[in-house]
Amino acid sequence: MVTISTENLSVRLGRRDVLHGISARFEPGTLIGVIGPNGAGKSTLVRALVGLIDPHEGTVTLDGHDLAQLPARERARRVAYLPQGQTLHWPLTVERLVALGRLPHLGPISRISEEDQAAIEEAMARADVSHLAERVATELSGGERARALLARALAVGAKALVVDEPLASLDPGHQIDVMEMLVREAQGGAMVLAVLHDLNLAARHCDRLLVIDNGRLVADGPPAEVLTEETLRTVYGVTGYSRMLDDVPLVVPLTRWRG
Amino acid sequence: MQSLSTSSPSTQRARHRALIPLLGLAVAFVALGSMSLGPVSLGLGRIVGALAGHDDPVARAILLQLRLPRTLIGLMVGAMLGLSGAVLQGYLRNPLAEPSVLGASNASALGAVIALYFGLSEWHPALLPLMAILSGLLAIALLFALAGRSESPLSLILAGIAVSTLAGAGISLALNLSPNPFAAMEIMSWLLGSIENRAMQHVWIALPCIAVGVTLLLIDPRALDALSLGEDGARSLGVDLRRTRRRLMLGVAIGVGGAVAVSGAIGFVGLIVPHLIRPLTDRSPSALLIPSLLGGAVLLTGADILVRLIPTDAELKLGVVTAFLGVPVFLFYLLRERRLW
Repeated sequence: MVTISTENLSVRLGRRDVLHGISARFEPGTLIGVIGPNGAGKSTLVRALVGLIDPHEGTVTLDGHDLAQLPARERARRVAYLPQGQTLHWPLTVERLVALGRLPHLGPISRISEEDQAAIEEAMARADVSHLAERVATELSGGERARALLARALAVGAKALVVDEPLASLDPGHQIDVMEMLVREAQGGAMVLAVLHDLNLAARHCDRLLVIDNGRLVADGPPAEVLTEETLRTVYGVTGYSRMLDDVPLVVPLTRWRG
Repeated sequence: MQSLSTSSPSTQRARHRALIPLLGLAVAFVALGSMSLGPVSLGLGRIVGALAGHDDPVARAILLQLRLPRTLIGLMVGAMLGLSGAVLQGYLRNPLAEPSVLGASNASALGAVIALYFGLSEWHPALLPLMAILSGLLAIALLFALAGRSESPLSLILAGIAVSTLAGAGISLALNLSPNPFAAMEIMSWLLGSIENRAMQHVWIALPCIAVGVTLLLIDPRALDALSLGEDGARSLGVDLRRTRRRLMLGVAIGVGGAVAVSGAIGFVGLIVPHLIRPLTDRSPSALLIPSLLGGAVLLTGADILVRLIPTDAELKLGVVTAFLGVPVFLFYLLRERRLW
C-alpha cells in the first residue's frame, strides 16, 4: 500500500510560481480525480507527485519518505505515471510497449524474467489489450492506444498509479472503459490519481475530487460536495446546472459567466 | 512495417534471434575477404599459414603490414559509426540522426585538417589522430555549453548544427588559406575518407578510443528504450537523463574521434546501417545496438573491398563509395514512405 502526501507544496517553473501551498494526502484504495481549468497547474501537481519536478517549498512524501531523497529507480517501482499526450517514438508492438513498464525492475543487461513476463501479460489482460499484443502500437485506434498505454503503466506493478488526462480524444464508450479500469485498480488497493476534464465522468467514478485553480487547491472532497454550481462559476467561470442523479452530481455547463 | 503483417510472431522472434549470429558470420566473411582480396590474392590456406608464422615471407608482409591493419581499421571504424548512429537515433528519437548531427565528425575532421595545415603530421605521425580526438572532445564540451541543462533533443540538435557548421567553416578556411595546391589536395584527399595504407600504429591509436566509445554507448541500452516514451516517460521509469546524455555524448566524441582520426571523414555509415537493420529487429532502440555495430563493420569493410576491386585510374576513396551506397537506401525508404513500393 502506498500513501502519497504533500505538505505546503509550492512549485516554481522558471520564474513563474505554478503551485502554492498545496497540502493533501492520497490514500490507497481510492480513485482521486484532479480537475480544474486549463493552465491551473494540474499537470504540474502530478509531475511533482511522481518526482519529476522538485518542490520549490514544502515536501512530497511517499509512505513518509521524502520523494526527492528516494533513488529514481526505487521511486519508479513504487509510482507508475502516464504522462499527458503520451507519444510513442518507435513503431513497437503492444507487447514490447507494455514491457517498457518493467524497466525499473531490470538490471542493465538482465533479460526479462518469467515474473516480468507474467506482469506484462497480466497488465495487458487488465487493460484488455491481450488480443492486440502483436499489433504495432502506433497503428492502433485511439481507444486501443489509450488502453495499451495504460497497460504499460500497469506493468510497472506499482501500488500508486498517476495518469494525466487518460481520456483525451476518446469516445464516450472508451472513456467509460478507461474510467472503469481505473476504478478496478483502486478497488484492488492501489492509490489512483487521474487528471480529468470531463466533470461527469469524474463525478461518477472518482471517490474524491481535488479542484485546482490558479495554482491553489480550492476544493477537496467527495464529488457531491465539490461539483456545485458555485464551483462551476468561481473555478471555471461558467454558469450551469448541477443536479443529483443516482446520488452522483450531474453537471451541465451552459454559458460563460459574466458577473 | 509491411513485413510485420506477412509473417507470424513466432517466426519473427526466431528471425530476430538469428540476426546477431548471422551478422557475426557476415563480419567473419568480409574480414576474410578483406585479408584475401587485393592486387595479390591470397587463399585461405596462405592467410592461415602466414598468420600462424609459417615460412611465407611475401604473404606475411602483405598480411601483417597491409591487409591486417586495413581490415582491423575497417571493422573498428565501421562498428563505431554503425553503433553511434543507432545510439543517436534512439537517443534523439530521430531516424535521421548520425554522428555528424552532433558535430563530432566535423570537429574531429577539423582537428586533423589543422594538423595537416600546419604540417604537424610531419613531426610525428601520431599528432594528426591526436588532434582529431582532442578537437572532437572540445566540440562536445562546446555542445554541452550551448545545449545547457535542457533535456530536449531539439536543443541538442540545434547546438550540434552550430558546432558542426563552425567546424565546417574552419575546414573551408584551411582550404581557402592553404599555401599551395598540394597542401589543399592533401587536406581534400584526407577529408574524402580512406583506410588505405594504414599501419598497425593506426590500429593502436584508434583501438583504445573506439573501445572506450563502444563501452560507454553500450552500458545501459534500456535507457534508450525508455526514451521511446519521451523524456517524462523515461524519467518516470527511473532513467537519469542527465547522466545518460553525458555518457552517450562522451562515448560518441571519444569513439568517433578515434575513428575519424585514422579513417578521415566517412559519412553515411552511421545513418544507413540502423535503417537497414531496424526492419530486422523488434524496432526498439536497444535491439538495434549490437546488430548496428556488426552491420557497420560489414558495410564499411565491404565498401573497402569494393574500393580495391573497382578499377579506377586515381584511387577511389572509401568515403565516396559509402556516400553512393547511401543514396539507394534512402530512395528505397522514400518510395516506401510514399507507398510506391
